[in-house]
Amino acid sequence: MDQFTLNLIFIGLSFLLYFGIAIWARAGSTSEFYAANRGVHPVMNGMATAADWMSAASFISMAGLIAFTGYDNSTYLMGWTGGYVLLALLLAPYLRKFGKFTVPEFIGDRFYSKTARIIGVVCLLVVSITYVIGQMEGVGITFARYLEVSKTSGLLIGAVVVFFYAVLGGMKGITYTQVAQYVVLITAYTIPAVFISLQLTGHVLPQTGLFGTLNEGGGKFLATLDQVVTDLGFKSYTGHHTSTLNMILFTLALMIGTAGLPHVIIRFFTVPKVSDARKSAGWALVFIALLYTVAPAVGSMSRFNLTTTMWPGAAGGDVYSQSAVSLDSIQNDQDKEWMRNWQVTGLLNWEDKNGDGLIQYYNDEAEPSEPLATVIADQNLQGNELTTVNRDIMVLANPEIANLPGWVIAIVAAGGLAAALSTAAGLLLAISGAVSHDLIKGAINPDISEKNELLAARISMGASILVATLLGLNPPGFAAQTVALAFGLAASSIFPVLMMGIFSTRVNKQGAIAGMLAGIVSTLLYIFTYKGWFFIADTNMLPDTPDAWLMGISPASFGTIGALINFGVAYLVSNATEEPPEHVRDLVESIRVPRGASGPTADH
Amino acid sequence: MSEQGGTKDMAIEGRGSGYWKANLRVIWICLIIWALVSYGFGIIFRPLISGIKIGGTDLGFWFAQQGSILVFIVLIFFYAWRMNKLDREHGVDE
Repeated sequence: MDQFTLNLIFIGLSFLLYFGIAIWARAGSTSEFYAANRGVHPVMNGMATAADWMSAASFISMAGLIAFTGYDNSTYLMGWTGGYVLLALLLAPYLRKFGKFTVPEFIGDRFYSKTARIIGVVCLLVVSITYVIGQMEGVGITFARYLEVSKTSGLLIGAVVVFFYAVLGGMKGITYTQVAQYVVLITAYTIPAVFISLQLTGHVLPQTGLFGTLNEGGGKFLATLDQVVTDLGFKSYTGHHTSTLNMILFTLALMIGTAGLPHVIIRFFTVPKVSDARKSAGWALVFIALLYTVAPAVGSMSRFNLTTTMWPGAAGGDVYSQSAVSLDSIQNDQDKEWMRNWQVTGLLNWEDKNGDGLIQYYNDEAEPSEPLATVIADQNLQGNELTTVNRDIMVLANPEIANLPGWVIAIVAAGGLAAALSTAAGLLLAISGAVSHDLIKGAINPDISEKNELLAARISMGASILVATLLGLNPPGFAAQTVALAFGLAASSIFPVLMMGIFSTRVNKQGAIAGMLAGIVSTLLYIFTYKGWFFIADTNMLPDTPDAWLMGISPASFGTIGALINFGVAYLVSNATEEPPEHVRDLVESIRVPRGASGPTADH
Repeated sequence: MSEQGGTKDMAIEGRGSGYWKANLRVIWICLIIWALVSYGFGIIFRPLISGIKIGGTDLGFWFAQQGSILVFIVLIFFYAWRMNKLDREHGVDE
């Protein structure tokens, strides 16, 4: 059976599964639509949260980011998991006890202010919409690659699929679909990793394979990798090469950004009890860790496989013991077919600059040391001949690089789609909840009946899918920057206001509003200064380089500073104005104790 | 908001019995460990513990790429278990 048919079968089967679940779990009330009737088992919720949270970026891009930078990009691993500790300890149980449906609703009630609630809605919309564009693009690209359709058709297919199961099922349908999507994506991620770990180190578990010994050559895998990449002029894999301050701030920005993402927070509204919310955050991290502890192995092993493809001698730890791969081999050999496949997409390319019939891959940007300098002189090298290696292909091409069977490749395709679709659905739910519950019911028409609110929720979900699809088809300049923006904004606006709402009885309406505005505005200004106004090219006021950054803080790390500004401003303004009213202090005291949360939709 | 009176009484009871203080203490302990394994062992103190070798590299690299994640999981479950116990001791469980 050819690869295309296999892809079609696996992707088709996974979609049938999602549709079946959506029909089985369709929502009939607002409580089912927004919070799955608060009946989701904590383990199930953990699995759904994991799928909700792990986007196309986690599935496709993260291992590639680690592969080419090594230790320095551990920031992603620690940052995107450490946020769950903050969620479990500082937010999830209290927001669950609060017992409402959306994040802006908490902000509005706790800070007794419609203005605060609307600002909360704006923050949520900016964070979620920028994030969802990236997901829709990911869906389009994955479809295009594996179903051989155009990116536009791929995106439209994805939009129809999400529309069907998200609009029909609401939170209830999305929850169980995400459980299925988690199973698909983790299987897809793990199978190739296990095969490759076995091939290289003989370890079944990629987690221990990373620290294992190579089958060929007999050296420790990581030591050999360090040796091989430094011989080629690259920075060592396990070494620390960036600014420590920036590494800390970036990790912290990802952590508090994660804890502040509205589509993740609302998942904790779906469990029956406060104690389930605490436990559920733990289960979410268990399921996330199944991918996140495999990712560094996937990254390092694919880097090693790429290097040994280019320099067969590298497999034994001695790069220059054999000559580089020949042009002839790349064009004709069966085991190099993946290179030809990916050359078509433009994500991988090579050029025989010195015309010796060999493709020499090395770092031509650093001052060469021995033995590279000798090789450059002896072989008359004119620069790195592997001219393009897109980082994203490290996961997608991994099974092909390791010569794994066709069905593994088909599973990876289905897994990539599951990752993008599940996150898109979660984001769309957060967006539609903010529109129908916070804007329509909360501000425009408080007397709306439940039936009409449910209809409004479905219509706003449909409209958000339409907007996301249109933006995905014509991505604005900032699509590539969504991570920096979404995390920075969530970190600087939503997380601090929620945390102060729970841990302080003194922070008042004025403080919260001033804090949120100061946090968001400062973060946006900092990002725009270096990335350009609204990410329009050439409008940046300072170059986006470490030398120009304020104290070496990168725009992506600034969310941490924005959060500190938010906390500081809120504290000062609150202390300069009057205390919050008695009933608000009672509200804060009551969300701090679990008792009274499990009644059927408390005070609703 | 029919049960507001009830929750208020319980809140005061929770406050009086030091429930919230005990909760904050557990949070602080967990957050110190959280920061120690990631920012500490994984980044700042990595050079100090680089003498401890593991699988072709040093302990700090392991903490940065795997160890801290495993500790995070343990921390959350420890917190959930400890808080359930506190909830029962202070009579504020569900």
